[in-house]
Amino acid sequence: MVKVEINGQVIEAHEGDMLIDVADGAQIPIPRFCYHKKLSIAANCRMCLVDVEGAWKPLPACATPVTDGMVVRTNSPKAIASQKSVMEFLLINHPLDCPICDQGGECELQDVAMDYGEDVSRYTEAKRVVGDKNAGPLISTDMTRCIHCTRCVRFGQEVAGMMELGATGRSEWMEIGTYVEKSIDSEMSGNMIDLCPVGALTSKPFRYTTRTWELKAHQGIAAHDSIGSHIQVHSKNDKVMRVVPHENEDINEVWLSDRDRFSYESINAEDRLTKPMIKVNGEWKATDWETALQVAIEGLQKAVGNDIGVMASANSTTEELHLLQKIARGIGSENIDFRTRQVDFSADAKGFHTPGLATAIADVEKQDAVVMVGSYLRKELPILNLRLRKATLKGAKVIAVNPQAFKFNYDLEQIADDNGMVANLAGLAKAAADAKGDNDALLANVTATDTDKVNAEALINAKNSIVMLGQIAQSHADYALLTKLAASLAKNTDSELSILPIQANEVGANLVNFLPANGKNAAQMAQGMDAFLLMGLEAADFTDATQAGQAFKNAGFVVNLTAFDSEEARQYSDVMLPIALFAETAGTFVNINGNKQSFKMSVKPQGDAKAAWKVLRVMGNMFNLAGFDYTHTNEVLREVLDNRSTTLALAHLDAEMVSANNDSKVVMVAPYQMDAMVRRAPSLQKTPDANVATMVGGQD
Amino acid sequence: MSTKTNIIQGDIKKRIDTWIANYPEDQRQSATMPALRIVQEANGGSLTNDLMDEIAEYLGVPPIAVYEVATFYGNYNHKPTGRHSINWCNSISCYLRGGEELRARLEEKLGVKPGEVTADGKFSIKKVECLGACGGAPMCQIGKDYHENLTEEKLFKILDELE
Ligand code: SF4
Ligand code: FES
Ligand code: FES
Repeated sequence: MVKVEINGQVIEAHEGDMLIDVADGAQIPIPRFCYHKKLSIAANCRMCLVDVEGAWKPLPACATPVTDGMVVRTNSPKAIASQKSVMEFLLINHPLDCPICDQGGECELQDVAMDYGEDVSRYTEAKRVVGDKNAGPLISTDMTRCIHCTRCVRFGQEVAGMMELGATGRSEWMEIGTYVEKSIDSEMSGNMIDLCPVGALTSKPFRYTTRTWELKAHQGIAAHDSIGSHIQVHSKNDKVMRVVPHENEDINEVWLSDRDRFSYESINAEDRLTKPMIKVNGEWKATDWETALQVAIEGLQKAVGNDIGVMASANSTTEELHLLQKIARGIGSENIDFRTRQVDFSADAKGFHTPGLATAIADVEKQDAVVMVGSYLRKELPILNLRLRKATLKGAKVIAVNPQAFKFNYDLEQIADDNGMVANLAGLAKAAADAKGDNDALLANVTATDTDKVNAEALINAKNSIVMLGQIAQSHADYALLTKLAASLAKNTDSELSILPIQANEVGANLVNFLPANGKNAAQMAQGMDAFLLMGLEAADFTDATQAGQAFKNAGFVVNLTAFDSEEARQYSDVMLPIALFAETAGTFVNINGNKQSFKMSVKPQGDAKAAWKVLRVMGNMFNLAGFDYTHTNEVLREVLDNRSTTLALAHLDAEMVSANNDSKVVMVAPYQMDAMVRRAPSLQKTPDANVATMVGGQD
Repeated sequence: MSTKTNIIQGDIKKRIDTWIANYPEDQRQSATMPALRIVQEANGGSLTNDLMDEIAEYLGVPPIAVYEVATFYGNYNHKPTGRHSINWCNSISCYLRGGEELRARLEEKLGVKPGEVTADGKFSIKKVECLGACGGAPMCQIGKDYHENLTEEKLFKILDELE
């Protein structure tokens, strides 16, 4: 520890810490543009100049390490004069078009100029103008406003792992851009909007819709993947205007995936269902809640005793899923499931295994070796992928066993040849078993290659290692076998075994037992049922959408709790009950680490839509079921708070080795097709990640 | 990404590989500048986007990382040049020593502006930033040679003597 004096205040700091961090810790303000705590030091804007005793020239606080006895002034005449000069310099070519700039009101340049700028410019010459670039559907550019801090460039290089922006040209001709016409395609691109201190990079969907000071901020939890990123929902007049990340060091740091950032567009989609609807003699009629619920209950009551299928999206809240399964079981149906993209359910015979990751999200950075089995993690769980990327930068070895090689944004070993995932994973497991002298019968006829041996060795020698099964494995025809092989590999290499939950609340769905203990699973239900009770699901959520759609159509009665109206839903539903989307309801998501994260309602549901938990509460009462007298989501949650996750001995699943390669049967899902909301977010739909072909092939 | 050109082969590839070998294996990017120079030479004195993409792919770096370098330094050309390309220093020392007036005389003599090539394909002019020869300001670079302490007379004589 060393002692530094800043503006007369003595502060203890670690030797080598940068002055700006030390000052920030002591809440002594220093203006800055290029500095960002999550990015490397560029020291190119010079806004942070301070006066250090003994130094003839003012020094940049962001790039000056503290030493013992250092005496610093951030507000001496010399410091202030330098800061003002830099400010004047930065404003020379800046257009000063704040009244028409989207960043106005939350602009770092505006704020700093208030403190350090002069009210009149001495510059009378013509300002330079930089042409705007088309950077794709998510980011709007006004490059004349750019102050060349290079935060966006460094973000691409250092965090997103995909350098798309650069600084081309030199001196007066320097420009930030892609140089050739090209959209910014990173699945994390929206973060550049937050990072840009000025209005050069702004959000295209949000642009020109409101001024930032008219917005109300609400804390929330992102609703599209199992990370549970912390967000702020910004609303105006009860309408969601945008979503931005909220800092949480343990989960999403300061970042947010584009999926979680831009999905809000669908909240305001044209095709929201805003009134309860019933089908009368084949005609759709809008009605009031009472009538609609009456029709729904009567229809379902008639079906009681027959096969009623109850399915929901895994992006539903824990409370919603709990109440829905409670109704299902109350009316005697055990056909309850959310796993609409799984095809191999053979492991269910042994019970259910709650997916999850025991290693804290932040500690994924500390892994020495990781095996991904059937996962394009970058698109499945972008935030987790960032953590894993950091681990690789520190030297971690990552191996991916996949049906094909993907464009990851870090160095890894991809095993994706024609032998198929099963054979390739078996080889790896065999090498590990051999190394440990384990005579695993499953692997009796498997031989390990030299590469397998090297890889197994690396896993065995790793202090921290994880074997994780991703979305592709979970929708594989040999899912149980892959799980069993992965379990064997994990056991013999002393690695954590993780089945990754993909959607926002798969863990919660498991905790409330939204699963078919003695009933039909999602795939069986998709073959046909007498009646369906659906929540937040569409045919497109199923591996075989056509089959599912047909099953819904053929069913005698379908009650559909849905936020969206669609031609397709009208064809197969009998009652459509309009429900709230994520920012419109209170609830709880349980994330990949098992953290129960509750959130409040940010805006009122659209039209007559109601929070699904309230709808289910009324339905429970109308069915005369006991225990549906809740007044708050907390009471629902309290009922399941003690539910524990269940684990299975995955190494003992009933699965035999197969020689067939079933990889080609896997139906991959693009990240922006994962749920009803993202499918309706127009901006996301214009990006390469909106369909599998461009997700896999369209990027560099 | 697969590029549209295929210039890095044979002797050119060998020369670039010699440079790559100078750096640690995981730092092929360090050979960006020599690779640009070698490819530019082979392409008759200028670069194209496709050629830069090919270099990027060969070095295993994002294309934009190559564009950054290639647009920063004055010695890479992004338009065809004359047989003798004149890099005219546009920075402060040369400016103070009459560089700008002298360039005006040069433009008049050759009948072209910066960025253009004379009709006979002999000369082209390009404005560049400080070439690190401020002590000899005003100066310019013609081909690979520096010419310092220029006067109109001296400059025209040099040009007249060139083939
Ligand atoms: S676009 Fe924004 S973030 Fe990027 S360099 Fe310019 S000012 Fe900085
Ligand atoms: S913040 Fe220190 S130089 Fe930019
Ligand atoms: S200013 Fe011309 S060489 Fe430096």
